[in-house]
Amino acid sequence: MAKTHVKMTVNGKEIEALVEPRTLLIHFIREELELTGPHIGCETSHCGACTLDIDGKSVKSCTMFAVQANGADIRTIEGMAEADGTLHPLQDAFREMHGLQCGFCTPGMITRAYRLLQENPNPSDEEIRMGISGNLCRCTGYQNIVAAIRLAAERMNGTQNWEAAE
Amino acid sequence: MNDMTVPREEREAKLEGMGCKRKRVEDVRFTQGKGNYVDDIKLKDMVFGDFVRSPYPHARVKSIDTSAAEALPGVLAVLTAETLKTVNLAWMPTLAGDVQMVLADGKVLFQNQEVAFVIAEDRYIAADAVDLVEVEYEELPVLVDPFKAMEPDAPVLREDLEGKTEGAHGARKHHNHIFEWTVGDSEATDLAFSKAEVTVKELFSYHRCHPCPLETCACVASMDKIKGELTLWGTFQAPHVVRTVASLLSTIPEHKIRVISPDIGGGFGNKVGVYPGYVCSIVGSIVLGRPVKWVEDRIENLSATAFARDYHMTTELAATAEGKITGLRCHVLADHGGFDACADPSKWPAGFFNIITGSYDIPTAHVAVDGVYTNKAPGGVAYRCSFRVTEAVYAMERAIDVLARKLNMDPAELRLKNFIRPEQFPYPSALGWEYDSGDYETAMRKAMETVDYAGLRAEQAEKRAAFERGETRELMGIGVSFFTEIVGAGPTRNCDILGIGMFDSCEIRIHPTGAAIARMGTISQGQGHQTTYAQILATELGIPADMIDIEEGDTDTAPYGLGTYGSRSTPVAGAATAMAARKIKAKAQMIAAHMLEVHEDDLEWDVDGFRVKGLPEKTASMKEICWAAYNNVPPNMEPGLEAVSYYDPPNMTYPFGAYICVMDIDVDTGAHKVRRFYALDDCGTRINPMIIEGQVHGGLTEGYAIAMGQEIAYDDMGNVTTASLMDFFLPTAVETPFWETDWTVTPSPHHPIGAKGVGESPNVGSVPCFSNAVNDAFAHLGVTHIQMPHDNWRIWRECKRLGLTG
Repeated sequence: MAKTHVKMTVNGKEIEALVEPRTLLIHFIREELELTGPHIGCETSHCGACTLDIDGKSVKSCTMFAVQANGADIRTIEGMAEADGTLHPLQDAFREMHGLQCGFCTPGMITRAYRLLQENPNPSDEEIRMGISGNLCRCTGYQNIVAAIRLAAERMNGTQNWEAAE
Repeated sequence: MNDMTVPREEREAKLEGMGCKRKRVEDVRFTQGKGNYVDDIKLKDMVFGDFVRSPYPHARVKSIDTSAAEALPGVLAVLTAETLKTVNLAWMPTLAGDVQMVLADGKVLFQNQEVAFVIAEDRYIAADAVDLVEVEYEELPVLVDPFKAMEPDAPVLREDLEGKTEGAHGARKHHNHIFEWTVGDSEATDLAFSKAEVTVKELFSYHRCHPCPLETCACVASMDKIKGELTLWGTFQAPHVVRTVASLLSTIPEHKIRVISPDIGGGFGNKVGVYPGYVCSIVGSIVLGRPVKWVEDRIENLSATAFARDYHMTTELAATAEGKITGLRCHVLADHGGFDACADPSKWPAGFFNIITGSYDIPTAHVAVDGVYTNKAPGGVAYRCSFRVTEAVYAMERAIDVLARKLNMDPAELRLKNFIRPEQFPYPSALGWEYDSGDYETAMRKAMETVDYAGLRAEQAEKRAAFERGETRELMGIGVSFFTEIVGAGPTRNCDILGIGMFDSCEIRIHPTGAAIARMGTISQGQGHQTTYAQILATELGIPADMIDIEEGDTDTAPYGLGTYGSRSTPVAGAATAMAARKIKAKAQMIAAHMLEVHEDDLEWDVDGFRVKGLPEKTASMKEICWAAYNNVPPNMEPGLEAVSYYDPPNMTYPFGAYICVMDIDVDTGAHKVRRFYALDDCGTRINPMIIEGQVHGGLTEGYAIAMGQEIAYDDMGNVTTASLMDFFLPTAVETPFWETDWTVTPSPHHPIGAKGVGESPNVGSVPCFSNAVNDAFAHLGVTHIQMPHDNWRIWRECKRLGLTG
């Protein structure tokens, strides 16, 4: 099948590649770029395991073609930490609050939560629950995910010191 | 050098041993997207397999034409039953003593059954080729309703069993009958019923549902033809069993097969069985000499691998007028689908369903289970429960509520009246189990006090009166459940998988610097084994948990174990961990005695080392002992510090809990709101309270889904109608209630550390609790039982039937 040239920024890095027009973005990210953090859980946009941050929006990449991401600025879970390895407050908070178990939904969940906190830096628990309702988790029952996002928000807003959660 | 001068509390805290809310080791990689799941595996020359599946639930396969598919560039092979017959693999044995088609051999028995396996250079070409395989079917009459399976003129599903009147579990009564399994004293039970002052009888259907872990089933098979070695990565909850089965099926010697379960994205029972995808991938790799990857999509997962439940339980209780239960009788019609592929211990065709007498002192009981074939997917896995325990608990906990209504007693009071009392343990149940321990009344009373049960009942009465007056359109339901589980399969005298006893194992090696590695026969799918086993070892050995690596899932390195399901990791492998640690500690004590030049009986253990009795300043810390193990052991002792334990548990463990749910139901929409859910669990000794709480949250959420809407449904034609996440209910964060957790601690007397297992309790205990709440909301209107799932439409329909809404 004829391939199409695409160019995009992924985790701050310029990417150029030839892809088949029918290649799903999640397959391109996972198999060509070998960023296997985002997962595939349903192929129907329901579970959110494949969530990427694309041009400032949370996008389920299992129902988007790689060619549609031409020119896009994409962030995956692998790009969440800072260049020096310092983890994003969400990554710390998910561990501290036991916001994950099998880990399969976690990359999508954190990527979604990252955008949620950009959109609403100080969400209520109800707003957090609504904000992550496009991401399914089968292990945690969400309660500790909500707590983790709340903790990360507090830290990012400077309303909570790091020691208090220990 | 004496690091034991530090105060005891500080040394204990440093270990992060049992009882500590230790943060999970696993999360460091998972939160950074560095987990390693099967679909993340990428091997040189790897190719992809995909299935052609039957659109029909029951049909003869007249012909399969693979030529167009094979002609497509990039397609390497198309396997059919005919191909598999050349290697004697068109059929495979199931864990339940039946056989199952790997690929359709002459006919199909359920919709989406595997018909052909296409292998191509990439997954897109494989999908294209699937469409090019032409299969000619001749439709046959479909059997969907299990209650019609044994009618004289019911369609014959399993022609391969024609004339076979004996199955793996005794006589077959009909061509669609699989087994009848009976337990208990039938005559004594009949007598108890004939003498009873009060009896109740109700059919409780526990509908078909599915574990639906977020990661579907998958594998990569890689045959090295030169070395004659097969490596198989997969989403396996029991990697060693898969190795043994793969060896038996393929005739590759077992030492030439390496099975690896990498990180697993949730299991919940879905990943216990052996599926056609695994067999076809192995055959494909042997044929092609290239690694073959197979990954289910979600529709395949929901419609073809491993359903759960589908038990239809006619349950009866006999009691005195005062509410003392005198007998229990239950007949189960079990829908097993097209093949009996239940993942139960081999001698238990209905699992441990005979735990049905539950937490109650019931003197006589009898249970009969009839398994039947239907045109539905095979499976019958223990979805976050020990084998058929959730079905049994559901029947008992619904039945006791029905009895309470009939007696006009409060359901919590009726439970209290019938509990097995603490002094009765070890308690032999009427159906053959010996419960190890329990203190049910304490747990029930704590639950009732915490939620102010009496206050809730008063509020409910007020709300019902307000409803009568037309002041509200809501009804309030209070659900109570008190469950006793049976987990930790199990003693090898009565539990095996294909003849292999259900022990489990731990192998520990201590390094000279006092760091350690422990390898286990189990495999985590999110339970946090890397964290919790290290905590057991930390407490047992006085080595900080952070200095202990836990490794699982690679059959080349891990000791043989039966895997993780049925809440067996803590009861069995957790015990093996403690026992192996104690072997090491015994040797450490001899080394310490040698180091300190005293008799070993003169030493006493103190957190992380030994002290000389009466001379507390004379110590040998574990760190010092580990070093000495490699250079200063007593004469005639082998150097090194290693141990292995294969633990055969003397009994199951019996975790229990008291759950209470408060729910409001809008009669005009059927919508419900869980106002409060309180879960008290007693899992014995608590290894990591944070992880226990997380397990409980997750199990409650699954139980909520099952009770309130999740279903694998079939229409009358045998089409599965809920095979995508559009139709199959998985709660989001919005629907999921807030969970309150609590605990009591009644240690298991036979488990080395007193632990019982907890992962499945919340699923088992919560389903009847939600269902009881729904039924309780309507109980004052004469309702005894509404079938699950209690989705809005079904509840609304009940409201309409009762004339509550227009």
